[in-house]
Amino acid sequence: MAYFFQQLLNALQLGSIYALIALGYTMVYGILTMINFAHGDLFMVGAFFCFLLAVYLKLSFVPTLLLSMLGVACLGVIIERLAYKPLRTAPRVSAIITALGVGLFLENFTLALSPYPKHIPPLLTNVTWTVGAVSISSLQVLVIVLSLGLMLILDFVVWRTKAGMAMRAISWDKTIVPLMGVSVNKIISLTFAIGTGLGGAAGVLYSLAYPVIDPYMGIMVGWKAFICAVVGGIGNVRGAMIGGFILGAVEILVAAFFPSTYRDFVAFTLLLGLLILRPYGILGRPQPQKV
Amino acid sequence: MKKTIVGMVLLIVCALFAGGCSKDDASQIKIGLIAELTGDIPAVGASCKNAAEMAVAEVNAAGGIQLGDKKFKIKLIIEDNAGKADQSASAAQKLITQNKVVAIVGPNASRYALPAAEIAESGKVALITPWSTAPKATLDSRTNASKKYVFRACFIDPFQGGVVAKFTLDNLKFRKAAVLYDVASEYNKGIAEIFKTVFEQNGGKIVAFETYTTNDKDFSSQLTKIRQAAPEIIFLPNYYSEVPLQIQQAKRLGIAAPFIGADAWGSEELLKLCGSDCEGYYFSTHYAADAAGEATRKFIADYRSRYSATPDDVAALTYDSFGLLKQALATAGKNDRQAVRDALARIPRYDGVTGTMQFREGSGDPVKSAVILKIRDGKFTWFADAKP
Repeated sequence: MAYFFQQLLNALQLGSIYALIALGYTMVYGILTMINFAHGDLFMVGAFFCFLLAVYLKLSFVPTLLLSMLGVACLGVIIERLAYKPLRTAPRVSAIITALGVGLFLENFTLALSPYPKHIPPLLTNVTWTVGAVSISSLQVLVIVLSLGLMLILDFVVWRTKAGMAMRAISWDKTIVPLMGVSVNKIISLTFAIGTGLGGAAGVLYSLAYPVIDPYMGIMVGWKAFICAVVGGIGNVRGAMIGGFILGAVEILVAAFFPSTYRDFVAFTLLLGLLILRPYGILGRPQPQKV
Repeated sequence: MKKTIVGMVLLIVCALFAGGCSKDDASQIKIGLIAELTGDIPAVGASCKNAAEMAVAEVNAAGGIQLGDKKFKIKLIIEDNAGKADQSASAAQKLITQNKVVAIVGPNASRYALPAAEIAESGKVALITPWSTAPKATLDSRTNASKKYVFRACFIDPFQGGVVAKFTLDNLKFRKAAVLYDVASEYNKGIAEIFKTVFEQNGGKIVAFETYTTNDKDFSSQLTKIRQAAPEIIFLPNYYSEVPLQIQQAKRLGIAAPFIGADAWGSEELLKLCGSDCEGYYFSTHYAADAAGEATRKFIADYRSRYSATPDDVAALTYDSFGLLKQALATAGKNDRQAVRDALARIPRYDGVTGTMQFREGSGDPVKSAVILKIRDGKFTWFADAKP
């Protein structure tokens, strides 16, 4: 039983990071129906910001987290303005290819600075508590609590504020909303800032939990988070959170109870099965095509 | 619009000329180097490139290699495989068909050496991999006989896995071991399986045999499973960039058992990434910089003065690969691919900076000793020798 709880805790930690990244995919898709494939690499940039701030400026944890989030959010907004905005009326494939290009640019730019994996110094002293036979580290608690906190704030913003209402309205109908006096460009920038900022936060938390970072770290994690967003129902904010925790749980628990060699095979078969049952994801709703 | 097109055409023409104009100097021996300069193990590529450049500079400073009645200088052509299997193959292809090299050194990691070795074999160009210890690199994928054109400067994993298993049983006196390895990487998988076989044959017990795939960062599930199995020691035959994460996560989960590793640990980067977490652990490798003989000490001193860093095993093995090649070129007496390959295959014994290598007839694998290093006070220190 202790074994099960230990694994559940591991799953929560991994799942909360997946969920944070998945939110970025889903928010951008919800508002622009575009998949921002550079998001995984923005997450990587977040981790590198964390490295720079922690090592060269010797900042402590809270300013590192906030400044990294801010930095990545600004980068996200700039990328949207420079790369995606001119393509807003272009075919969707162009935007996706541009996103892949932006991702490659970020990877290779970081790579050109230094190809070596970097070690993130421990920003917080880690304490491990033992409850029964379950080891709980303070880092694990921090990652889970902070992620959940950020998600709650986001949920509040989306459902309880005017800006959130505008976001939901734009994702509902892009042509009518400007007529109501909503500045679409501002809301799109805000969405990008929040989505990529959360990705940056995930980058910082990830690099605290797994303190060796490299320029390619965002690729696999990015794909997995994208899968989370799809499983939860892409475009749906709560769906992305659920999707993140589901993938985290499936990955950890499959390896826990099956031979770990079959982990990805079993995990992704399960997710495929889920998508066959619910093709639009868990919380996704089929959108009728307007002809 | 017209101007742009004209400009582009001009640019292309210029580029073509620039490419075509690189003149082939007849008094040069061209040797290709494929290294992991970027990707997941860049420290390996950097060491390899440094040692290669140093070896070539030494030869050229002495006027080159005597072939027939003329001295030839060596020209080194370096290709980055970006830590990818497909780019290793295409780099080998490029060196063979485009640069027309006489022989190739590298790649280092087995998962990149394998595809490059296939290309070298079919292109009939000798390839020496300095650091790839997986047996398959020098074996034909269809017939399992030795490849004709592929050689290496290091021992192979059946030997290394045995050394680690016996060291764990006999010197450390541990009987219950767990293994965590990358199932998607040739080297890690091969050595993990050999360790398991030898450990069990000699009376040990493998209580957990867990895997992950390349680029994973979260090992908590597997480590929790290992904790459950209560091993006395954990074998991590993984690359230096992953080992620190595995050890740190294990400690966070409250695993107190010590760890042991193999030659993929042997980069100075491991010490940087690990901090104090790797203190006191052992691993097997190719040579010990602090317990070296006369010739090796000179190599270490030269390398230090050039790059102000201690050469790791990749650097030493790359240097030896060039030593082998130099000897082969001198005996072949001509700048010819087939002659160099034949001369390489006929070297019975070579005294390199990583020790004495003995080649058996028809096989590209040298027989040589291994060393066990201990991480002590943040340094790699010699602990024991293991003879074949």
